[in-house]
Amino acid sequence: MQTRTRGSLIPYSLWIAVFVVAPIVLVIYYSLLDLNGNFTLDNYKNFFSSSYLTMTLTSFWYAFLITLFTLLFAYPTAYLLTKTKHKQLWLILIIVPSWINLLLKTYAFIGIFGLYGPINAFLEVFGFEPTQILFTDFSFIFVAVYIFIPFMILPIFNALDKMDRSLVYAARDLGASSWTTFRRVIFPLTIDGVKSGIQVTFIPALSLFMITRLIAGNKVITLGTAIEQQFLVAQNWGMGSTIAVFLILIMVISMLFTGNRTRGGRVR
Amino acid sequence: MKTMGQQPIIRFDNVSKSYDSDTVVLKNIQFSLERGKFYTLLGPSGCGKTTILRIIAGFEKPTSGDVLFDGKRMNDVPANERQVNTVFQNYALFPHLNVFENVAFGLRVKKRREAEIRERVSEALRFVNLSGYEKRQISEMSGGQLQRVAIARAIVNDPDIILLDEPLSALDLKLRTEMQYELRELQQRLGKTFVFVTHDQEEALAMSDEIFVLDDGMIQQSGTPVDIYDEPINRFVADFIGESNIVEGTMIEDYKVKFNGKVFDCVDGGMKPNEKVDIVIRPEDLEITAVDKGKLVVTVGTQLFRGVHYELSTTDRDGNEWLVHSLKKAEVGMEIGLDFEPEAIHVMRLNETEEEFDKRLEAYGDDEHAD
Repeated sequence: MQTRTRGSLIPYSLWIAVFVVAPIVLVIYYSLLDLNGNFTLDNYKNFFSSSYLTMTLTSFWYAFLITLFTLLFAYPTAYLLTKTKHKQLWLILIIVPSWINLLLKTYAFIGIFGLYGPINAFLEVFGFEPTQILFTDFSFIFVAVYIFIPFMILPIFNALDKMDRSLVYAARDLGASSWTTFRRVIFPLTIDGVKSGIQVTFIPALSLFMITRLIAGNKVITLGTAIEQQFLVAQNWGMGSTIAVFLILIMVISMLFTGNRTRGGRVR
Repeated sequence: MKTMGQQPIIRFDNVSKSYDSDTVVLKNIQFSLERGKFYTLLGPSGCGKTTILRIIAGFEKPTSGDVLFDGKRMNDVPANERQVNTVFQNYALFPHLNVFENVAFGLRVKKRREAEIRERVSEALRFVNLSGYEKRQISEMSGGQLQRVAIARAIVNDPDIILLDEPLSALDLKLRTEMQYELRELQQRLGKTFVFVTHDQEEALAMSDEIFVLDDGMIQQSGTPVDIYDEPINRFVADFIGESNIVEGTMIEDYKVKFNGKVFDCVDGGMKPNEKVDIVIRPEDLEITAVDKGKLVVTVGTQLFRGVHYELSTTDRDGNEWLVHSLKKAEVGMEIGLDFEPEAIHVMRLNETEEEFDKRLEAYGDDEHAD
């Protein structure tokens, strides 16, 4: 039994070693090299310069905004979903867009938001001058939120659906208004779903790079964009790797914050 | 204690409830509850008993008719503004809060001072014998303890009315019997109005001041446990409450009833001559005797030892089944005689309303119940 269980772990261990451990080691290794391949700590010194720190903060700020708006849309939606008659059908309809390639959806938004897109056409009917919606903070956050919403809805929906309805009656019975019931009972009991939702939104939002270019027109520089530029444009693998190391660190920290001990996950 | 005069604490005035035109859950429910008594709504599942409870709690609105508390119309008052607290079927305790916070919930919502909350919660926990369990998590408590937490959470708010929705159904038999005593005692110590919902007739008989027997969305009969047991209004109630032998018969005249081809003396009257009736004789009122002395002659089919008594399933010559509870043993397969007193025969008219039934009982009152 023992050996067989251990044997069946081999593919998994190999996978982890080759695709998780090795890349992280490589990234750390490259982060310690300068442009000429010599060992140095300069990259780390540079990271703490004002330009990179500002970028980190911007990245955080946008990821925070994206997560916040995603949550604000996803929670009520998930709540309404649990109350509908054909909730599984509605859920599928919400999830389906997440199966479509990210790039395709992004291009679709370029069309929608563009100067000659339907939104501007609609505004013109009411006599407004066409305005550039694309390449603004608004369009960037809007598209990001749109992309992340299904991932946020799913865990929250599951948590709400699992919750015992009679607890809501009990709270009402004990004198709680709808808002108090939500604040003191429903939300605390679905906080695990919210945490999972934040995890799957906040962490990817930190490293978004494609949408920043296509939708935000490179006006928004996030950690993800910076890594891309260091590797592909500046050809400075050392600096790119250093930013990546910090990104990994930030991910680990945010997982610690939103981690759920009772579920016995990998996060300690 | 309170000086609300003669107003009933709860009154249902012609209350009906339907979800759509096809599903009528309650039909013209009419009753008044007095302050400080223990009421039970008893009936099979789907009879509407839980719907009545939910209407009192404020979770459902009646489709027509009025609900009055102390004479005030309550139809549109939401659940959180009613002086009513519920002990739920599966307790519905908050799993993210410990015992203290569960009990304190109602007081915290009402923004009571911290010192007052502490005092009242520990008093409520003392009341249900759970002092010292304040810091426990809900997941660490046993079924009986959860039950007590749920009760404490309701009584701590000092409500006028406490509703209990089959609160004992999840407990094992021994604990259930214990809790019956405790609930009854608790109700008497608190002096609150309890409305208890159950499908268990033993629970209802043991605890209530008054029972409402429900079936098919209607109140079939209401009265004290003794009244309902001794004088069931119809076949349904007789069958639902306790064990019964029910046979069809004919009322010859007042105090004379005919069934199984014989005429017997009885203590009922007020029917038309030769009216078709249902006859109830409780198994414990049948006594085993010699074949030639018996008013009925039956053959013993099976015999079970029930501890206090033997339970005999017997069949008479016409093929009617007679259940007998007897302290004496009988031989399976043997013919025996069954004897009974005229008082043991309870005659029920078909389709009699509760009002007519009560009036007739009063006129032909056989004993002390006709008050």
